[in-house]
Amino acid sequence: MPSRPMLMVVASAGGHWVQLMRMRKVWDGLHVTYLSTEPGLADIVKTMARNEGNPPPKFSSVTDANLSEKLRLMRQLFEVFFLVLRHRPDVIITTGAAPGYFALRFGKLFGARTIWIDSMANAEKLSRSGQEVRKYADLWLTQWEHLARPEGPHFMGAVL
Amino acid sequence: MIFLTTGTQLSFDRLVRAVDEWADETKPSCGIFGQVLPATHDPYTPRNFETKARLSPADYAEVFSKASLIISHAGMGTILTALTQDKQICIMPRQIKYGEHRNNHQLATVERLKEHPRLFKARDEHDLPRCLDAAMQAVGTSQTAAIDPFAATDFTDKLRKFVLNTGK
Repeated sequence: MPSRPMLMVVASAGGHWVQLMRMRKVWDGLHVTYLSTEPGLADIVKTMARNEGNPPPKFSSVTDANLSEKLRLMRQLFEVFFLVLRHRPDVIITTGAAPGYFALRFGKLFGARTIWIDSMANAEKLSRSGQEVRKYADLWLTQWEHLARPEGPHFMGAVL
Repeated sequence: MIFLTTGTQLSFDRLVRAVDEWADETKPSCGIFGQVLPATHDPYTPRNFETKARLSPADYAEVFSKASLIISHAGMGTILTALTQDKQICIMPRQIKYGEHRNNHQLATVERLKEHPRLFKARDEHDLPRCLDAAMQAVGTSQTAAIDPFAATDFTDKLRKFVLNTGK
């Protein structure tokens, strides 16, 4: 049997996470490490995997931070760095925000293929991290067709 | 039960106050509970319901599943969770001019989101009472209209294809 890709699936807790979990058929049956900002989500993904007949996923939580919390953001950056280093995923999928941006950048550094799916909440323009991640995303996606451009971001669908 | 939630990141007292004033007026037959992050400066204390600043994911899921109406900021997470569970949801966008968010993306969400029989959109606190009355009237009356818990398969199939092409 050919070895299958190892995924790292990243989103901050809240709306980014809810959107990402709606895409979980993408990694159905594959080995997955989840990375988020709320430790309580660990039980939820483990129960979900069991109910859906999937291998038990790994889960790690990092410090929650937004763009105006510089110190927490630095802490989050280091935590994400070491997790990406430890797991060395083949593919990184994220809807954002900050932890997804960091994971994607570090993942790219270690040779992972990367997918950025900008949050549906950004219906007027791409998120700031979504704009900045452009050069590092192998798939650079918006969930709004009217925001897609020939040079990217591209539109492949939306979670709703 | 009516569940008011302002998300996990920022306070939203304009919504909390509007819901409290609506409860003063209408005396809804069921109770209200709020997951409300208090404002850092001069937080508003509602007269008509209890609030908690944070709920664990498990508690949040439990309260959510018991509620018949959700009132929320225009955040995609709450909207998707409500529609998946076939709940009425009334949303009001945060606005940058009140210091409620870093940009006005929630206004765009309210404008761009497709109509859904369970989704009630209020522009602001003045529009909210009408929206809440309509949502309350619709509780238990309309046909089931839950959205699928998964994104459309043509979307996830394309992503999966990309993922599987990377096997080493």
